[in-house]
Amino acid sequence: MERRVNYENDLNLMATEPRSGLPGCGDDEPQRKTNPSIRNNKRTVPEISEVSSSESNSSITMSGSDDQDSPPPAKEQVVGWPPIRSNRKNCLQSSKRNEVEGMGMYVKVSVDGAPYLRKIDLKVYGGYPQLLKALENMFKLTIGAYSKREGYNGSDNAPTYEDKDGDWMLVGDVPWE
Amino acid sequence: MQKKTAYSFPDEILEHVFSFIQSGKDRNAASVVCKSWYEIERWCRRKIFVGNCYAVSPTMVIRRFPDIRSIELKGKPHFADFNLVPDGWGGYVLPWISEMAGAYPWLEEIRLKRMVVTDESLELVAKSFTNLQVLVLFSCEGFSTDGLAAIAASCKNLRELDLRDSEVDDLSGHWLNHFPDTYTSLVSLNISCLGSDDVSFSALERLVGRCPNLRRLLLNREVPLDKIANLLSRAPQLIEFGTGTYAAELRSDVYSNLAEAFCNCKELKCLSGFWDAVPAYLPVIYSVCSRLTSLNLSYAPIQNPDLTKLVSQCPSLQRMLVLDYIEDSGLEVLASSCKDLQELRVFPSDPFGEEPNVSLTEKGLVAVSSGCPKLQSVLYFCRQMSNAALVTIAQNCPNFTRFRLCLLDPKIADYRTLQPLDVGFGAIVEHCKDLRRLSLSGLLTDRVFEYIGMHAKKLEMLSVAFAGESDLALHHVLSGCESLRKLEIMNCPFGDKALLANAAKLETMRSLWMSSCSVSLGACKMLGQKMPRLNIEVMDEKGPPDSRAESDPVDKLYIYRSVAGPRFDMPPFVWTMDEDFASELS
Repeated sequence: MERRVNYENDLNLMATEPRSGLPGCGDDEPQRKTNPSIRNNKRTVPEISEVSSSESNSSITMSGSDDQDSPPPAKEQVVGWPPIRSNRKNCLQSSKRNEVEGMGMYVKVSVDGAPYLRKIDLKVYGGYPQLLKALENMFKLTIGAYSKREGYNGSDNAPTYEDKDGDWMLVGDVPWE
Repeated sequence: MQKKTAYSFPDEILEHVFSFIQSGKDRNAASVVCKSWYEIERWCRRKIFVGNCYAVSPTMVIRRFPDIRSIELKGKPHFADFNLVPDGWGGYVLPWISEMAGAYPWLEEIRLKRMVVTDESLELVAKSFTNLQVLVLFSCEGFSTDGLAAIAASCKNLRELDLRDSEVDDLSGHWLNHFPDTYTSLVSLNISCLGSDDVSFSALERLVGRCPNLRRLLLNREVPLDKIANLLSRAPQLIEFGTGTYAAELRSDVYSNLAEAFCNCKELKCLSGFWDAVPAYLPVIYSVCSRLTSLNLSYAPIQNPDLTKLVSQCPSLQRMLVLDYIEDSGLEVLASSCKDLQELRVFPSDPFGEEPNVSLTEKGLVAVSSGCPKLQSVLYFCRQMSNAALVTIAQNCPNFTRFRLCLLDPKIADYRTLQPLDVGFGAIVEHCKDLRRLSLSGLLTDRVFEYIGMHAKKLEMLSVAFAGESDLALHHVLSGCESLRKLEIMNCPFGDKALLANAAKLETMRSLWMSSCSVSLGACKMLGQKMPRLNIEVMDEKGPPDSRAESDPVDKLYIYRSVAGPRFDMPPFVWTMDEDFASELS
């Protein structure tokens, strides 16, 4: 019988994790907004554009794959308000990024037949191969190699996750980011 | 008998008397007493302040004052700090440097604020002013570390190099190596704005080690924590120090070295920097805390209780800059511990978040106003305010000189009564008779402007956003505020009538900025025709003003008095409404 390694990609679980961020900060995470209407008329600080693009990517993926309601629309930002200098704004955004990095993205992992579930931090892994290796080590089982056409061949175990629609999906189809 | 008159005073005596008059304002007053005083004064003036670089031309300054040793110039309008002024607007320092290079070879001090400074300008400075001692570039941009290298190489007498809040292109950290080995006169160095490639640490260490008079050193974020101890041990005479990043894994050797280094700085009074600070390393500064008069933690994500604990150990604090992580509870501790506090700035840690992330309300400010009798200057970002709190604050602190309140939602009402905050700010201007600077926010009607016009007689700078209902508001301010020099307004529904009715007032002020208001193009043109000594600059990135109707509101308007006429370096999106413009299009 094929054993299924399940994820519950439920970000509400983050609330139970110890973290060093601010109270209420975790709730902000899936709703992280970019600030489209703030024209940064100064020379673009590379840090800002990196942060903006990674933030918008992550919020798209997360809202696509989690069970929460879609985040409320971002409040319209007015150029020049609140009156904060660029260097201070840059600093705030980069420390937020550090906080987010510090918090981790924990998901539950269950293996059919195991007595209890485990939790892993998705942020620790750079891509699917590393994640699968870690799962193999954690549960002492083999998963095998991923292929687009055949899924996981050559093993009894297939990693799956439950997406926002409640469907069980095979891990690896969607790009890592 | 010969009658002695003032004309028989020898010039040398008058000059000697004038040498005791340092303030520009007083000198200006003396210079208009009579022609001979004007002449004597202009020959012995050594220091000049030009609040708007376009109000006068370098030629005019040099013609009047032949022997200046210290100049301060300001360029862009203040709202440029908040991205309201597009790139390329102006504020170029090169024309000034070029002319002063020939006229003032003995120039010692150059202080620039919000100006565009190029490497070419810096190279010219380095070449022309061999006696340069002070170079302050406050919120400037347009230059790189190459320009700094030129300064370092040539200015043998440089004492102070301060790049605060400037934007510098990082090309190479080796500019510091250009200070020759024989150079030992550095007293103050602020490189806190520089990026990661901009500072060669070993060069910095050597520089610090050979300058025994170094009193002020503000490092950039990239200097790691474990290098600080070494640096401090080379400069135990420091009075003011700014760390780099204040985060690292806790290691006992680093910790104890740091603690010892700070302890040995017996004259340290001002601390700043603390980027990314972690609580673990805070106690190393405890030995300094009791002496601290100024503490800037506004880049430190430290929260309570660590933050409050630190604050409670600094009873001599006069100046405190902090993020809103301090919360009301921390401000209450500040109020009870720091009785000498004069200036408080509380910045938002999450200004764009929908919900409050910290418990910082009006209560914190009320507590400080009550506990700190010397409080004079406040900049406070928060999410709620009430008239009652503002009235209490005003009554507690009649000595306020600067009061800036920034409610993150700019049109928010009194959270208790849902009324506008007119009465609260009214109390501020009524009680604080020496108020020189005021920034308003929150739900505000014309009423608050009536109070301001009535009471704020010493007000010099007023910042307004999302306030008022009609032109009466602007009229109250322009007609009532006798000392007004700078007025900056964004997103308010008024303009034409008040401006035209108070056109003459504008000549008594340094500048007026209005963006996203209701000032029509027609009114701007009229002002341009009526007031030849004002530069009326309309800024619009969407297209030339003559492509739109006269009644259309202009996007941005900047009006300033000038004896130099319209400027010649305007970018394509700025039009000046002088007499020619108006007559061309009618």
